[in-house]
Amino acid sequence: MSLKKVLTGNHAVSYGATSARVQVISAYPITPQTTIVELLSEIVAEGKLDAIFVNVESEHSAMSACIGASAAGARAFTATSAQGLALMHEMLHWAAGARLPIVMANVNRAMAPPWSIWTDQNDSLAQRDTGWMQFYTESNQEAYDYVILAYKVAEQVLLPTMLVLDAFVLSHTSEPVEIYDQEKVDEFLPPYEPKFVIEPGKPLGYGALAKPDTYMEFRYKMQRSMERAVKVIEEETKKFNDMFNRNYGLVEPYMMDDADYVIVTSGAMTSTARAAVHELREEGNKVGLLKMKTFRPFPFEKVREYLSGRKKVAVLDRNISFGHHGIFYEEIKSAMYQVEPKVPIHGYILGLGGRDVTKKDIKEIYEDLQKREELSEIVWKGVKL
Amino acid sequence: MIEIRMHGRGGQGTVVASKVLADAAFKDGKYSQSFPQYGVERRGAPVTAFTRIADSEGELIVRSFIYEPDHVVVLDPTLLSTQNILEGLKKGGWIVINTPEDPSSFDIPEDFKVATVDAASIAIKWRLGSKTQPIVNTAILGAFSKVTGIVSMEALQKAIMENAPVKKEENVNAAKEAFESVKIRS
Repeated sequence: MSLKKVLTGNHAVSYGATSARVQVISAYPITPQTTIVELLSEIVAEGKLDAIFVNVESEHSAMSACIGASAAGARAFTATSAQGLALMHEMLHWAAGARLPIVMANVNRAMAPPWSIWTDQNDSLAQRDTGWMQFYTESNQEAYDYVILAYKVAEQVLLPTMLVLDAFVLSHTSEPVEIYDQEKVDEFLPPYEPKFVIEPGKPLGYGALAKPDTYMEFRYKMQRSMERAVKVIEEETKKFNDMFNRNYGLVEPYMMDDADYVIVTSGAMTSTARAAVHELREEGNKVGLLKMKTFRPFPFEKVREYLSGRKKVAVLDRNISFGHHGIFYEEIKSAMYQVEPKVPIHGYILGLGGRDVTKKDIKEIYEDLQKREELSEIVWKGVKL
Repeated sequence: MIEIRMHGRGGQGTVVASKVLADAAFKDGKYSQSFPQYGVERRGAPVTAFTRIADSEGELIVRSFIYEPDHVVVLDPTLLSTQNILEGLKKGGWIVINTPEDPSSFDIPEDFKVATVDAASIAIKWRLGSKTQPIVNTAILGAFSKVTGIVSMEALQKAIMENAPVKKEENVNAAKEAFESVKIRS
């Protein structure tokens, strides 16, 4: 029987990796990620998970160890945050380019300086173009579930996957999480059977020189795999939903049926936004919520399906692309560019560096959205000027 | 939805108290959430932690801090003079304080209900923490359970057994003793 217990988001991830039967874990501690691998190291030491825990001296080496392990055919896992993820950047390209289905949990933490340990999305979104899939989770249950789902998808499309959870708002928040029967997880996620494995006596080259006459084809194939991943994610999510009684998708709509106005969110602030939208509905407002679960591959069709024909859309970004706008805003606007009639989309920046996002903030954004005449690409919510 | 805010100092087990309370509520069949207002903690510095308790998972639980708590738990009475413990507290809410003093000795408006328990002495008796820095979290939760009835003592005991890293029995005994000895302002 499955087991339901009160866990932090970080420990939910540790149990997710355990349920997924990861075989190699390599990580370097960084707040607020540390307790993920701390618990995993205990689980491995107690013999409850048949895995090798590789201690390293940096995140760059942690990802390198995962790359070696994955190339040798092992299911490899790591976790990090912010500066640690930035230090991994080079190796993220190596993992994706070598087509290795590594899964990593990134606990969203604001980039320094100024020094911060609190949540925002600039760390993970800065890795947008490395060829990693990215899933943004809203609850501790999702954090647990998406470790399992991430491997299932990654091992089919041969691309590494990052699941993302908010620092403290999820990572250090305790709430009930259902841990599934191992048998059931095994049924959903059988052992990884790699097509290509490096082993002594059977040498294979990874990341060798590709001249101008071949490099482009590697890139084309990565892009095609990303495109194919959209379908794979949809299919696997559906299987997962049926098996474990969930309601996940590439995007997740709430009260969208007749909504004139839509608020788009990602990550943990979605829970607060959902409560705000529920209240606004009770007050007679035709407003809905669209949660962005998958960021890479970008769910173009779903975004168009849910946002076309609306009066106005507010995209909430806990991140900023300096000199441009909020990153989800940019991407959603680009997805909607060819849709007629045009839907006015406004971008709101909030919650950077862990600033609290309240129900009141969301309701105020809705009020602001209704009033706005001119197209506003960047509205700072709650900034002190 | 019931929202509880806890005020303590680093080393008293405030964050663990918020989690044990959430776990106890969960064991009572409710849905719960707990989280610390994370600073860069150090021993002795003020710490705030929160617990939300809902009747079911279907209730929409937000993920912001708690600004208008239903109840407040104070693990260190010296915080009463340095922080606005009553900030946002709803009328009729409980303030449960760790202190040897009588609840009537505090100048707290009649809008609120006050309970005191000598959690420090209880913790020292059961050798939880040190004599100078007792860990009062499980004791004060016993008092909280008694006066508010929000979590059952049975669930609280189970939650303590699961969450206390060491001295599980002693922590349960501390909670029981506080449950029996808590004083209420009449």
